Amino acid sequence: MPNQLEVRHASVRYGRQVVVDDVSFELESGVIGCLLGPSGCGKTSLLRAIAGFEPLVHGEILLHGRQVSRPGHTLAPEKRRVGMVFQDFALYPHLTVGENVVFGLRGISGKSQRQRVGELLVLVGLSGLEDKYPHQLSGGQQQRIALIRAMAPRPEILLLDEPFSGLDVELREQLAGEVRAILKREGVTAILVTHDQLEAFALADIIGVLGSGRLRQWDSGYHIYHRPADRFVAEFVGQGAMIPGRVLAGGRIESALGTMSADFKQQHQAGDSVELLLRPDDIIHDDESDFKLKIVGKVFQGAEYLYTLSLDDGTELLCLVQSHHDHAVGERIGVRLAVDHVVAFPG
Amino acid sequence: MRPTASRFPWPHLSIRLNGWSVTVLSLALLLAVPVIVVLSYLFEPAGEVWRHLADTVLRDYVINSLLLMVGVAIGVLLLGVSTAWLTSMCQFPGRSVFEWALLLPMAIPAYIIAYTYTGLFDFAGPVQTMIREWTGWGYGDYWFPEIRSIEGAALMLALVLYPYVYLLSRAAFLGQSICVLDVSRTLGNGPWRTFFSVALPLARPAIVAGLSLALMETLADYGTVQYFGVSTFTTGIFRTWYGLNNAAAAAQLSAMLLLVVFALIILEKISRKQARYHHTSQRHQALTRFELNARQSVMAFLICSGALFFGFILPAGQLLWWALTTAEENLDSRFLNLITHTIVLAGTASLLALMLALLLGYGKRQQKSWSTLFAVRLAGMGYAIPGTVIAIGVMIPFAAFDNALDSWAREQFGWSTGLLLSGTLIALVFAYLVRFLAVSLQTVEAGLGKIRPTMDEVARSLGTGSGEIVRRVHIPMLKGSLLTALLLVFVDVLKELPATLILRPFNYNTLAVRAYELASDERLADASYAALTIVAVGILPVILLSRTITRSRHAKSA
Repeated sequence: MPNQLEVRHASVRYGRQVVVDDVSFELESGVIGCLLGPSGCGKTSLLRAIAGFEPLVHGEILLHGRQVSRPGHTLAPEKRRVGMVFQDFALYPHLTVGENVVFGLRGISGKSQRQRVGELLVLVGLSGLEDKYPHQLSGGQQQRIALIRAMAPRPEILLLDEPFSGLDVELREQLAGEVRAILKREGVTAILVTHDQLEAFALADIIGVLGSGRLRQWDSGYHIYHRPADRFVAEFVGQGAMIPGRVLAGGRIESALGTMSADFKQQHQAGDSVELLLRPDDIIHDDESDFKLKIVGKVFQGAEYLYTLSLDDGTELLCLVQSHHDHAVGERIGVRLAVDHVVAFPG
Repeated sequence: MRPTASRFPWPHLSIRLNGWSVTVLSLALLLAVPVIVVLSYLFEPAGEVWRHLADTVLRDYVINSLLLMVGVAIGVLLLGVSTAWLTSMCQFPGRSVFEWALLLPMAIPAYIIAYTYTGLFDFAGPVQTMIREWTGWGYGDYWFPEIRSIEGAALMLALVLYPYVYLLSRAAFLGQSICVLDVSRTLGNGPWRTFFSVALPLARPAIVAGLSLALMETLADYGTVQYFGVSTFTTGIFRTWYGLNNAAAAAQLSAMLLLVVFALIILEKISRKQARYHHTSQRHQALTRFELNARQSVMAFLICSGALFFGFILPAGQLLWWALTTAEENLDSRFLNLITHTIVLAGTASLLALMLALLLGYGKRQQKSWSTLFAVRLAGMGYAIPGTVIAIGVMIPFAAFDNALDSWAREQFGWSTGLLLSGTLIALVFAYLVRFLAVSLQTVEAGLGKIRPTMDEVARSLGTGSGEIVRRVHIPMLKGSLLTALLLVFVDVLKELPATLILRPFNYNTLAVRAYELASDERLADASYAALTIVAVGILPVILLSRTITRSRHAKSA
């Protein structure tokens, strides 16, 4: 069976500016993918190219094995069977909730339409709101209506363009979880575009990080966080520190924190200097440890403290510690490494 | 950064996109012809007539126009700002009624209030007659202010133009965060100090914007100053055109007037821009208004009811009285004829304006290139330009075209084509379009703005084709705006006087022209029917406006 979505060497250009540069990935049926990246990285343009709103200057896009985009030919969005949810929801103010949801349903009887609307409203827990108008709903409710409107005609793929950014922060994470449950229950294949990594982790099975139009990594959330493909991904996703190290004979690395094995991102030889990525959860507070570091900053985060620790040469590290370990700034605390395998970038 | 061209809902047309923008641009240029023609006379060498004008009457035109502007400015500021402050920030009996009723004077064209007041207050009018009956005085025994004077004209204009200042400064007061005012009061300033030291300076840009709109209308006025015998630019243009039969000199006067108008437009634009920075609150809070005590309440009530009474109730009442007493002589087939003429004319102009506005609005929506943006700006420029100036700018090129065509036809075929454009309804409707397109354009653009591009895109992703999007999304969402645009232009055409006077076909009368003619012949009571009809229809947009105000207030309190 062909993949639900295949993007091969796709490039999008506005005038002379290349905004999507040779991007390739595949998405299996029922999988939720995410395009993650800072604003201006090309993620929305890529999504719009998949929807058919932007033409490709290079490469091709296949939906369910059928070629829908190639240079010089872009199948119109209305012929692609893609569902789209926009940042502003774009609900039609002159139509009721029910009328909005059936907007894309065609060729089926009024009775089956009503049935589908009822079933979708149950799915999102908004039964009984058929006759309300969009302005009578809360932001979260509007978002779910926009979602089921796009799902109603059972599209090949559902595209979500920053669907949570119009909502209050407290609402976002809760809704991301709910939306994932809804999509999974209906077995929908979907792509989410976002700049928020927590949203991506909460919703997606697989995440693509985009930077300057290029797909840097297409991987699970865990790998993106712990095994970033390049410096850009390492810095964009999560917190962390880079500390200098030196490659030893045999491929291990020596640093101020001891020797460890590494996942190299480039050719190397003994004696090369490298930079090591250390996440706050890679360093564990341990009073027994002989390795003591000075606290130079601390931020209370509820369950944890995020300590900033300083090495003797001034390099700073982040360390996440359960919050009943309350130490003062200036104190020296014992730490040890929780990993023996770190990511090394060229120094 | 996304190119807007890709949002074009009709992909099969996108190849002709250039054709589209060329159409939009050439339409806008066509509409700009009158202004360009008039401005081109700035570079024409001054003729003998112009030198004669400059030696004799030009000084009067300039001085009178300036005096009139100063008078109107004082009037509209006093009336507009005080009523806006009272109705938006203070609580007193009747406030919520005044809030919308204070807009009613907008329904009365200045020339109509002018001759109504003349009928009321001149020597033979009911007020002076009553004074003489009570006191036994005769002619010359007492002093009574002369209504037909420059002060009178300023008063008339101020009475019907203050709503511009009222509207904009009211919006500014309401937009001020209640916090800035509260801060001032916690710092020990009373309501009065707060008003003068915080609220007024913050609202200044909005007030100036409203003032410049009122002054543009003042400069455009012909009916009032002509009736009161005050020589200003507009009456001067008429006199030069008809009396001296000199098109060039009339166009040169028009060009001078135009420069003043441009200065006002710039002032208004700058003020509006500043007004945005002076808007201190992002979120509207329910205002807690100053509770006025009994004495203050009476004062507030008197100020607001005074503006309303003299600006609307008194003149409208007088018109109604005249109309009732002369119903028999005036409600005849001629009046019906007049109404038909007016409806046909205003209906044609408003429909055409709507079609053009849709064309320009969609052009701008589909392709936000500099050329379409410029075109839309250009096409919307006419609203600030006095009808007299537009009429001159239409007449000169149309007549030149007719003459050229006529002499060519005579040479070629030996027969005369006569006047094809000038002196026909085509010229008149064209002038209306130039002047009032901005009104429908603004409304249509506001309506189109509500249809966000994502709404088109959602429809397309749901399998909806272009025609279906227009039918199922655009038309239902635009309906209200389209009707409003039609109504606003219809009413504006109905009230328009000077352009109609100059451009109408021989003996083709409209309500406005007839009211003006009868009033000029001192047949004030007979003019009341036409005038009252204009005022009655003119109330419709005021109702629309006041409904928006009430709705926004409810939205805020919700």
